[in-house]
Amino acid sequence: MSQPPAYRREQPGSQPASHSPGYVSTIARSPRQPLVILPHTLSEITGPVYGHARIGPLDADLTRQHEGEPLGERIIVSGRVLDENGRPQPGTLVELWQANSAGRYIHVRDQHPAPLDPNFTGAGRTVTDENGVYRFVTIKPGAYPWRNHPNAWRPPHIHFSVFGPSFVTRLVTQMYFPGDPLLAFDPIYNSVADPKAAARMISQFDLATTVPDWALGYRFDIVLRGRDATPMEA
Amino acid sequence: MAETPLVETPWQTVGPFFHYALPFEGGERLATGATPGTHIIVEGRLLDADGAAVPDGLIEIWQANAAGRYSHPEDSQDKPLDPDFDGFGRTPTDEEGWFRFYTVKPGAVPGRDNAPQAPHICISVMGRGILRRLVTRLYFADEAANAYDPVLGLVPEERRATLIAAPGGDGTTYRLDIRLQGDNETVFFDI
Ligand SMILES: [Fe+2]
Repeated sequence: MSQPPAYRREQPGSQPASHSPGYVSTIARSPRQPLVILPHTLSEITGPVYGHARIGPLDADLTRQHEGEPLGERIIVSGRVLDENGRPQPGTLVELWQANSAGRYIHVRDQHPAPLDPNFTGAGRTVTDENGVYRFVTIKPGAYPWRNHPNAWRPPHIHFSVFGPSFVTRLVTQMYFPGDPLLAFDPIYNSVADPKAAARMISQFDLATTVPDWALGYRFDIVLRGRDATPMEA
Repeated sequence: MAETPLVETPWQTVGPFFHYALPFEGGERLATGATPGTHIIVEGRLLDADGAAVPDGLIEIWQANAAGRYSHPEDSQDKPLDPDFDGFGRTPTDEEGWFRFYTVKPGAVPGRDNAPQAPHICISVMGRGILRRLVTRLYFADEAANAYDPVLGLVPEERRATLIAAPGGDGTTYRLDIRLQGDNETVFFDI
């Protein structure tokens, strides 16, 4: 069987190091042996075509999943899922989760003494349209403390999970907000050592996404690994 | 490497609070009773550098069906597809670090240059303290094809055992622990 082109290898400096001691939990949870380079086979260039049937009509609007509206600043988060060659990725599952406006997750293990919001779960999902565009309505998450080091605070962020067309293109990241003073102190954000690469995780305020009299808009494009130009040998 | 117009967005950890968002009902159950093939359980523990359980990990698997075909448009092999088998599984680890999938043993799929690969399952390991996905594979100890699998061949011989799941007494449960670091550290791949 002839195989479609492989994907590009990771671009140097574009990704965090697994062992990033500033984020203390990585110390015992990151490998010390070198990774083995795996030239892509059919197993890597295929991947789950997943979840479309499981999307409900309110899954992309986190402000309408309960009786009332959640407290906080209503926002729209929208963008495109692209590959490194700039090609839109249609029909791909985008999942997201976040803290409420007080910085508290509904998760049982979140012990931060900030109020839960009975009108906010903080989880959503959608599928990109034919232009690779996704759009969520939610509220701006609050910052929250964590125990990594004294006086450690996570900057407001939204967790994103995306599949793309193959096993190689899987991506889980966090979206941050522009101009946030906490970014400079956050070891998770700064685990991406190159500031230019890290800045790819910062959304942009966007007036065109903003809905007048209703909600501020933020734009966050997500880039997945792209195809190599040269085809794999048959 | 040629420049591309865009660069992949950085990975970040799933953190400790993904449980109400990512796991889905039946995520650990890839096969139903009607799925053709040898029904198996694939299980193991996710362990850290000290051999301690990782109770807040997330494991995803991707595999071919029993005939050795992926449920994906780019697999054009002339082999049967099972409409009910999508080959994807996702489960969080439990308090003792256990993960467990109910699936069928995948058939062999071709590798590069059509060199046959031994049956295997692709694994993504995520969790708090894991900034970027760790990728590994599971092979089956009772497959003679392991001896000439081209990917196993890339792995230093003394480390290959970390990728090979042994069948339990019942012959249908395969166990593979994933050790993030330390003694018998699992082989992780750069894909
Ligand atoms: Fe978070």
